Amino acid sequence: MSISTHIQRLWSFPGGLKLDGRKQLSNEGPIESAEIPRLLEISLSQHIGHPTEAVVKVGDNVKKGQLIGHAEGTVSAPVHASSSGTVTAIEERLVPHPSGLPALCVIIETDGYDRWDNCTPLISLDDPQHKNLHALSAEQITDKVAEAGIVGLGGALYPSAAKLETARKKATDTLIINAAECEPYITCDDALMHNRPEEIILGILLIKKIVGARYCLIGIEDNKPEAFKALSDAIAGYERAIHEHCEQTIEIIQVPTRYPAGGEKQLIQVLTGKEVPTQGLPMDIGIICHNITTAATVYQAVYRGEPLVSRIVTITGGAIKKPQNMEVAIGTSIREIMDQAGWDKNKVDKIIMGGPMMGFALPSIDVPVTKATNCILVSEPGELATPPPAMPCIRCSRCADSCPMSLLPQQMYWYAKARDLEKIHDYNIFDCIECGCCSYVCPSNIPLVQYFRYAKNEIWDDERERNKANLARERHEFRQERLEKMKKAREEAARLRKEKLAKKKAEEKQKAAGGDGEKSPASSHADLIQEAIARSKAKKAQQQAQKRNTENLTEAQQRQVDEAEQRRRGKH
Amino acid sequence: MFVAQSSPFLKPELSVSKMMLVVLLALIPGIITSVWVFGFGVLVNIVLAITFSLLFEAVMLYLRKRPIKVYLRDNSAILTAVLLALALPPLAPWWLTLVGSFFAIVIAKQLYGGLGYNPFNPAMAAYAILLVSFPAEMTTLWTAPVMLGGHESLSLLQTLNYQLFNQLPDTLTLDAVSYATPLGVVRTSVINGLASISEIKSTGHTFGMLGGIGTEWVSLAFLAGGLFLLKKGVIQWYIPVSMLATMGFVSLLFGSFELDSNPSPLFHLFSGATMLGAFFIATDPVTAATTPKGQIIYGAGIGLLIYIIRTWGGYPDAIAFSVLIMNMCVPLLDYYTQPRVYGHNIDKEQQ
Repeated sequence: MSISTHIQRLWSFPGGLKLDGRKQLSNEGPIESAEIPRLLEISLSQHIGHPTEAVVKVGDNVKKGQLIGHAEGTVSAPVHASSSGTVTAIEERLVPHPSGLPALCVIIETDGYDRWDNCTPLISLDDPQHKNLHALSAEQITDKVAEAGIVGLGGALYPSAAKLETARKKATDTLIINAAECEPYITCDDALMHNRPEEIILGILLIKKIVGARYCLIGIEDNKPEAFKALSDAIAGYERAIHEHCEQTIEIIQVPTRYPAGGEKQLIQVLTGKEVPTQGLPMDIGIICHNITTAATVYQAVYRGEPLVSRIVTITGGAIKKPQNMEVAIGTSIREIMDQAGWDKNKVDKIIMGGPMMGFALPSIDVPVTKATNCILVSEPGELATPPPAMPCIRCSRCADSCPMSLLPQQMYWYAKARDLEKIHDYNIFDCIECGCCSYVCPSNIPLVQYFRYAKNEIWDDERERNKANLARERHEFRQERLEKMKKAREEAARLRKEKLAKKKAEEKQKAAGGDGEKSPASSHADLIQEAIARSKAKKAQQQAQKRNTENLTEAQQRQVDEAEQRRRGKH
Repeated sequence: MFVAQSSPFLKPELSVSKMMLVVLLALIPGIITSVWVFGFGVLVNIVLAITFSLLFEAVMLYLRKRPIKVYLRDNSAILTAVLLALALPPLAPWWLTLVGSFFAIVIAKQLYGGLGYNPFNPAMAAYAILLVSFPAEMTTLWTAPVMLGGHESLSLLQTLNYQLFNQLPDTLTLDAVSYATPLGVVRTSVINGLASISEIKSTGHTFGMLGGIGTEWVSLAFLAGGLFLLKKGVIQWYIPVSMLATMGFVSLLFGSFELDSNPSPLFHLFSGATMLGAFFIATDPVTAATTPKGQIIYGAGIGLLIYIIRTWGGYPDAIAFSVLIMNMCVPLLDYYTQPRVYGHNIDKEQQ
């Protein structure tokens, strides 16, 4: 597929919704820097994958950007102090997560100096020719991204370095930068594009360099004309750098505003007409998708040496006096930023982290901002829905009409309700992206997405149970087999002993009877038979033994057997 | 202050009761035209059917221990009642409406589990039962349309008197106010070879400009209401368009052979309850197919069956039977017409 087809034609995705964006509440004005609070609560688990391990102790002095959580395993991202101060506690605290479960947090009492740790940029900012960009290797940039604790800031929170590394190894042809920001209310990406378009473009160049993609497309919803212009200008401004580093320029493409155009799969479909195979990744079709804020963060890590210690948060909603976008240090409590934006306690109805379509209600406002916090929506009564009790499904199929994945939510709902997990699996529940379109259009107010989350969890639970049961059965069978083997071996040994004894006895008898050692023809005949039987038995025994044991294997076979054994153990 | 609730949090755009209300609203032009064409009997039927249906609904909800207020407010019983009433002959006696409402609400709807659970369209199930059980009342009590000067002599009170107490003014006989429906005439005369279309046309009692005399205006009004529903997005085009297109196509196909014994496509489309059926009955979400492809087949099936029954079957109009038969096919249609899910069976070229 040539780039020209990318530009000339836009595809579309089925379903979707025209929503009242309500973005004008917060999309004007600069990005304010939030104050550094007295206490920072920095969660050690702010990404998909292994939680990090604390590398500081209570009482330690830390500087801004200093590593406090060490990444464990390949799918993990380190955590850094977001301001300077003293570690006062490392304990479990409530964090904003849909599960409502607490997580281990490092509590830092800030000293107010906000002193940076030593930042070592890979490229110095005074490099107008971007010559240093040439000198950098993909590995260097990836390492820096990993070191900076960058995760997918579009909401997936997948460690970016791991994703980039995989994309680099696979043949990735197209880099898509997701700037659609399709959820109502949220404007943090929009604000970033307004205010720091150059950082974004340089960040994109870095990502492109890592994955080696030929094409780069920025997909942006057409309700953000100013951001579109800012980015277009920045692309024009960096034309030479782009030209030098890429075969193709960076294309910025406006897509129709329709929720969920910013869903990774939907954006890919709109921009390229391709579909990500079910259970697969965009990489399977040569595409990698990154959020626009992630790109800017990569820039910060490489050009300024700064790890991910702050992010832009949209604070908006009817109960907020001055809705805006703020650059907030990670670990700042949500109450702090609400206080800074001003809020009317008597007007508060719901407090939601994320957007109104996919976000979740916060259990408390005394929870810290994490790398995932893109928006705090504080609504006033009547602004958002308080769902009336659900009515029966009337099969109107509005849910199916609105589903961007072409699923049949209504059928899935029946089976979820009946807890028929097999059937709901057949209806491809795992292709559901939980965008919330079906719930939104349902005239019966059935919380469809909630049913699907429940069903997914049930299926996962069942699978875990099944795996456990299988494991137990395997172990049991293995044990039975072993016991059987031991029993057989014992019997064989006993029989051999008996035989030997009998032979010995017979010999003694013979000796006693023959006297001169001359064998009588009769007895020698009996001996011959005996010997033949013994031989055949021994042969049989040997054959059996060969079947079981692994003594006579070649080296290669032995290795295979060992490997299999290891795998088995690993599973256990 | 903190409400435990799951996303999405945006206010929903529509509710069941609002949906039903919009459908009822869309029926108003058709109802007004019906009253104009067929007289006050239509109105009496509607009022009686709504009263009986709400009563039965309330009793059944009480017996089934369901919240009565919540479910009565969903407007679904009212819609069923109005659809049934519009299908009944304008001079139907009160007990016919009572039996119909009972069957629609109690048997066809509530005994199957209430709103959303009934496999058959309640109004049509009731209509079919009435037609089979009381064929005389169901076919002979159609007031002659205003164009034939039929019912003008009957005031609201006189109509009520007939429907409630079976009494006509001394000066009138039933024959004087009733007429044979155009579809009925075509069924009994033309298709049985007793008269040709041109012969019937010359009487001026059966054919109007488009379809059946009188019913064509009602059909046009229901068409307008249906288009309003389409515009409002309450119904999708799949079912009405495929149903009407199929009817038009099949009647054109057969009608083009012997013009004088096969009514034209326009007659089929603008007579009887075709338009009411296409936009208001076949589109009943509970009992229709749910996938786009399934709905197209469902609508086409209804259209084809209507033509078959009207032409070769035993009944002049066939909306109810066609809808009920296709209701039975819905599980099959839904199962075999599932859309391709994103990321599944991607075309090779796409790769």
